[in-house]
Amino acid sequence: MERFVFLTLDGLARGAVYAAFGLALVLIWRGTRVVNFAQGALAVASAYLAYTVTGATGSYWWGLVAALAGGLALGALVELLVMRWAGRAGPLEPVIAALGLVLLIQALLGMVYGNDFHPVDTPFARTALTVRGFDLVSPYDLFVLGAVLTVMLLLAVLFGRTKTGLRMRAAAFAPEVSRLLGVRVGRVLTLGWALAAAVGALAAMLVIPTELGLHPTAMDLVFVSGFTAAVVGGLDSPVGAVVGGLGVGVVLSYVGGYLGSDATPVAVLLLLLTVLLLRPGGLFSTVQARRV
Amino acid sequence: MRPLLEVQGLTAGYGGVPVLDEVDLAIEPATICAVLGANGAGKTTLVRALSGLIRPAAGQVVYDGRNLDGVPVEDRVRLGLAHVPEGRAVVEQLTVDENLRLAVLWRRDRHVRRDLAEVYELFEPLARRRSHLGHQLSGGERQMLALGRALVAGPRLLLLDEPSLGLAPKVIAEILTLLARLRDTTGLTVLLVEQNVRSALSVADRSVVMALGRVTTADVSDATLRHAYLGF
Repeated sequence: MERFVFLTLDGLARGAVYAAFGLALVLIWRGTRVVNFAQGALAVASAYLAYTVTGATGSYWWGLVAALAGGLALGALVELLVMRWAGRAGPLEPVIAALGLVLLIQALLGMVYGNDFHPVDTPFARTALTVRGFDLVSPYDLFVLGAVLTVMLLLAVLFGRTKTGLRMRAAAFAPEVSRLLGVRVGRVLTLGWALAAAVGALAAMLVIPTELGLHPTAMDLVFVSGFTAAVVGGLDSPVGAVVGGLGVGVVLSYVGGYLGSDATPVAVLLLLLTVLLLRPGGLFSTVQARRV
Repeated sequence: MRPLLEVQGLTAGYGGVPVLDEVDLAIEPATICAVLGANGAGKTTLVRALSGLIRPAAGQVVYDGRNLDGVPVEDRVRLGLAHVPEGRAVVEQLTVDENLRLAVLWRRDRHVRRDLAEVYELFEPLARRRSHLGHQLSGGERQMLALGRALVAGPRLLLLDEPSLGLAPKVIAEILTLLARLRDTTGLTVLLVEQNVRSALSVADRSVVMALGRVTTADVSDATLRHAYLGF
C-alpha cells in the first residue's frame, strides 16, 4: 500500500511536468493548428541558458528566471521569423519548419556545449520524506507540483479574466472576425508562442534534473509523453492536457514501479494507441471524431 | 457634400481570378446605400475588399478623404469602418458579453462602459443572455449580437453583409428600422448588401445593382432588377 501511495505521488509530480508540456502544445495548437514539434528543442535551449546563468551566478533561481525569459524570447522569435512565413505556404509547412528547427537547435547546442550529459542540481532534496517509516514524497516533487500548479493558475487567470486573454481566445477561435473587431491577431500569435515556449522551458527545467541530465536531446522522450498527454486530453482542451498529463504520469509511474522502467516507453505508446482507437478526438474533445 | 466612401476602379478577387471588375461607387454621409444583385455578383467580395480582408488588385478605396491602400483590417475599425460579415459571425465559444467587449478592447476612452450599456438597452434579448455562449443563441439573437458588436465600436460607416439571411420578416423589419433611426439620429452611414430587395429598398436612400463583378446600374426599376437577377 505504501508503495502504491509513493508511486502515485511520484507519478503526479512527473505527470505535472507532462501536463505543463502538453498545455504548451495545446496553446499553440489552438491558436495556429500546428503541433509544435520544436517545443522540446526550444525548451532544452532555454535550459542550457539556465545552465550557463546558474554556472556564472551560482544561483539556481537566476537560472530559472533566465530559462523563462529565454523561453519567452525564443518562442516569440520562432513565430516572427519562421512560423509566420511558413504558415502562409500551407498547413503542413509549419510542421516541416518545426522539425527543421529541432535539427538546427540540437546541432547548435551540441556545437556550443558539447554532446555530453551535464548533471544538473535541484534546489531541493530529491530523497523522499518519510512519514512513520514510509517513503512518501520528496521536497523536490512538491516543488515541481507547486510550480506547475502556479503556472496553471496564472494561465487560467490570464485567459479567463484579462483583456489579453480574451483577445487570445477570440483570435484562436475566429481570427478573421477578431481582426474585423480590431484585434491585432499577429501580435496575439507572437504572444501565444512566447508563452507556450516559456511553459515548455519551465517543464524542461523541472524534469531534466530528475533524468540523465542536460543534453541536446534531453526532452525528446518528454516530448512524446507531453504530446500523449495533449492528445489524450484532446489537443484543443487546456483542462484535457492537464488531466491527460497527470494521467500519463501516474500510469508511467505504476508501469515503471511494478513492471520495470524498460516497459515505460512501450506503455506511453500503448496508452496513445488505446485513446486514439477508442476516442479519436481525445477524452475532453467537443468534436466527435477527427476529420480525415 | 463630399462622399464618406469613394471607390474607384476597384478590381479584386481570389487567387488571381477577378471577382470585382473596376467597381466605382460613392456613398454620401448619413445615407443608407443598398447593394443589390444575384448570388455571385461580387457583393460580398466588394465588402471584404472595403474592410481590408482581401487586397485589391487595382483601384482605390478612399474613406473620409483618406486612401485606405495598405491600411490593415485592424486599423480600419479604428478609423470608424465596421464590417458585419455574412452569416452572423458571432464567436460561438465566447459569451455574449465577451463578444461585445471584444469589439471595444482597442478603445482607450472613458465611454466604453456607457456604450456597452447602450447596446444592451438597444437589444433587450442580449441583456437577458449576457453570459450565454454564442452557439446557444438563436439566429435573430446572433444577428443582434453581430450588429450590436459592430455598433459598440462607434462606427461612422457600417458594412452589412446580408443581415436578413434566414431571419423572420418581423426581425428583419426591426433591424432595418433601427438602421434608419441611427442614420437619422447619429448620422450613421450604411452600405447594405441584400438579397431581400423589397426590404432593402424600403429603407435605402440609394441603391445600386451589381452583376458579374460590376456595378451595372444605379437604376433599380423592375426591368433592371429582373435583368440583374434573372439575366433577361
